[in-house]
Amino acid sequence: MKRREAILAQARLAWLVARREAWDNLRDWRILVPILVLTLIFPFLMNITARVATDFVERYGAPILGTRLVPFLLMIVGFFPISFSLVIALESFAGERERLSLEPLLATPISDAALYLGKVLASLFLPLVASLLGIGVYLGSLWFSIGYVPPGVLLAQVLLLTAMEALVMVSAAVVISSHTTSVRAANLLASFVIIPVALLVQAESAVMFWGQYEALWWIAAGLLVVDVLLVRTGVRVFNREELLSGEAASQGLRGIGARFWGLCVGPVREAWQRGQGPAWRRALTALAWLYGRHLPALVRQNWLALATSLLAMAAAGVLGWTYAQGHPLPPGALQFGGLSPESLKMPVGPSLLPPLEPLPIFLHNARALILGAVGAPFSFGAAPVLLAMLPIALIGFFAGEVALAGQAPGTFLLAFVVPHGVLEVPAAWLAYAFALRVGLAVVSPGEGRGGGGLLGALADFLRVFVLVVVPLLLLAAWVEARVTPQVVLQVYGAG
Amino acid sequence: MQAENGHAIVAQGVSKRFGGFQALRGLSFSLRRGEVLALLGPNGAGKTTMVRLIASLLKPSEGHIRVFGYDTVREAAEVRQRVGLLTEAPGLYARMRAEEYLAFFGRLYGMAPAQLAKEVPLWLTRLGLWEARHLRLGEYSKGMRQKLALVRALLHRAPLLLLDEPTSALDPAWTHQVHGIIRELRDQGHAVIVCTHNLAEAQALADRVLVLKGGQAVLEARVQDLRATSPRRRLMDLRLAQPVDGLGSLLAQWVEVESAGEDWARFWTEDPAQTNPPLLQRLTAQGIPVVTLSEVHRSLEEVYLEAMGQVEEARREET
Repeated sequence: MKRREAILAQARLAWLVARREAWDNLRDWRILVPILVLTLIFPFLMNITARVATDFVERYGAPILGTRLVPFLLMIVGFFPISFSLVIALESFAGERERLSLEPLLATPISDAALYLGKVLASLFLPLVASLLGIGVYLGSLWFSIGYVPPGVLLAQVLLLTAMEALVMVSAAVVISSHTTSVRAANLLASFVIIPVALLVQAESAVMFWGQYEALWWIAAGLLVVDVLLVRTGVRVFNREELLSGEAASQGLRGIGARFWGLCVGPVREAWQRGQGPAWRRALTALAWLYGRHLPALVRQNWLALATSLLAMAAAGVLGWTYAQGHPLPPGALQFGGLSPESLKMPVGPSLLPPLEPLPIFLHNARALILGAVGAPFSFGAAPVLLAMLPIALIGFFAGEVALAGQAPGTFLLAFVVPHGVLEVPAAWLAYAFALRVGLAVVSPGEGRGGGGLLGALADFLRVFVLVVVPLLLLAAWVEARVTPQVVLQVYGAG
Repeated sequence: MQAENGHAIVAQGVSKRFGGFQALRGLSFSLRRGEVLALLGPNGAGKTTMVRLIASLLKPSEGHIRVFGYDTVREAAEVRQRVGLLTEAPGLYARMRAEEYLAFFGRLYGMAPAQLAKEVPLWLTRLGLWEARHLRLGEYSKGMRQKLALVRALLHRAPLLLLDEPTSALDPAWTHQVHGIIRELRDQGHAVIVCTHNLAEAQALADRVLVLKGGQAVLEARVQDLRATSPRRRLMDLRLAQPVDGLGSLLAQWVEVESAGEDWARFWTEDPAQTNPPLLQRLTAQGIPVVTLSEVHRSLEEVYLEAMGQVEEARREET
């Protein structure tokens, strides 16, 4: 009962903050005027555009284009006002911090979550109301002019997508604002939000012009996942400790670089300091500590990411195999009998794979793993998981096809994959798992760690990459170029 | 919650780290109800961090703080309810007006509408802002903003006030008024911490001072003890109406003379109540007219600079 009362009291405080901020926005003509223009004038222009375009395409016997244009414009009319939610949210979070009005607010008994909720609601309110009004004006004028009434499902989809996109922008703005201390810096970083959302709207447009309205539900589901992740990240980073600690410990790029370097080489330095005597003995002691103590401890700490990656890879193998069962290749497509050394050197596919030499193979594999780590923070860890799954899914697919072709999949795997795979697959597993941790650090940095959590995860990734993954990849590349072809020729060769 | 035993604040072994930066190191102190503590120290000494820790805006890396018996980490909401914080910058909302601004903050502190209707006009009038209540806060002068921020901190009658530079941007008349308000609140039993670089203000307001340097307490004492010239002895200053030959030698029969001229002298005493009345009797008996006999105090500025280890540099600069 007491807990329920406390939650209700905090909800009331959140509502108080939301009302104040919404009212404040309504008094800012710089926000109000563009929103009014987009709400009232833009839908009329879109209405005229819709009518003219419909008449035009009907004249040339392509009425379907007109039919598709009207829902597309409906989406655009709804989207334009919500683009303001990003600006309002940046003003609300980064702006308040910059104007030093946040600390008095933080000193009140309102909880971090209630303050976050109040500010998010305030940032969403005006753009969403404007968006609904715009859609209303557009549909109203269309009804009066050409008697168009949208299907209920389509209208629901557009409204849902509009709300989801607004929440993506606002929750992303909170994450951006937490990493900056000025509106200017936040605005510069806002392109990380605007560009993906603009690309998404283009994708939605393409879907609508193709008439694949069902796909809009999938986009809405994807947006919901992103919303949940961003809100979770926002709640984690928008708290008193983070906001005020960040201010106290705010560092320039050089400071961040120094901190990152310290995190990267700290354990290596510690390992070196453990040794005594001549340099070679110190190096041996250091290596023994790094490989015997430090790296196993790091692996144990990140067991969840490792288990997740392993599961994803196993699932990918099964998926590949299953997919192959439903999509058999034409008979004779997989004929391994009579392979010659020359046939193994022939390029496969549109130059996607490297030449069969150690260095190109190593560089290709290393690039793919680094790509996973680079994409991890921007995809909340999805990029490394997908990249880990892709090659295993292909292996599963080909093993499945081999089985369908009446050959032994085990022999195929032993010949083509296992010789270098025993080194390469664990290397990829480790690298992608630590890259996944980098992505998760964005969503869940850990209390009081903020960007430190991300830096720490990146440093762990780099250490594992340099100390374990690179040696394994080098060895695997050599085996793949020199040993695997020999095994393949022994098993499937002409002689 | 623990029993407070008349303490508004009890801080024990408080340290705070921001990444690799150590802002506070093992700080311990307490503050009683009805007491004003001046928190002094150079820029970056850790004053603001300490205030934020007390206001439950930050969590200590080590140690703990109790405010009226409530732990600032585990019972943060209870602590914040009992703290009135005046931040270094006023941080007002430029498009709001004074009454709605104060009502917003009052409601965040759980004040009832009737209470707000009583307190808001009272404080606005007291700080000379009633006439300006219809103006948007963006139109306020620097001093008016500072006064409104002060009202924001005082409005919900918090028993603990944390005031960072309370009179910055105020003219001498309003500075005097604000000092009066702070003293009045202290007399009503409020505990007050004043962060200031204005040593005259600290001397005028504080019962005790806590000087921080590099995140550590370098001095904590009652103001009157600090201003005494020596911990054991008092330095007295004697002024005469006319010159007396050999005044120093004359006084040396009864007290330890520090220095003397023809119509003045300074001497040490361990107990002025015992030494001074007979001394005055003897001088009067010998027909020497005394104008004043008073204790020589050090200024808080001198004490502060000494604590900072900068007395010598400051003197060198003066000469």
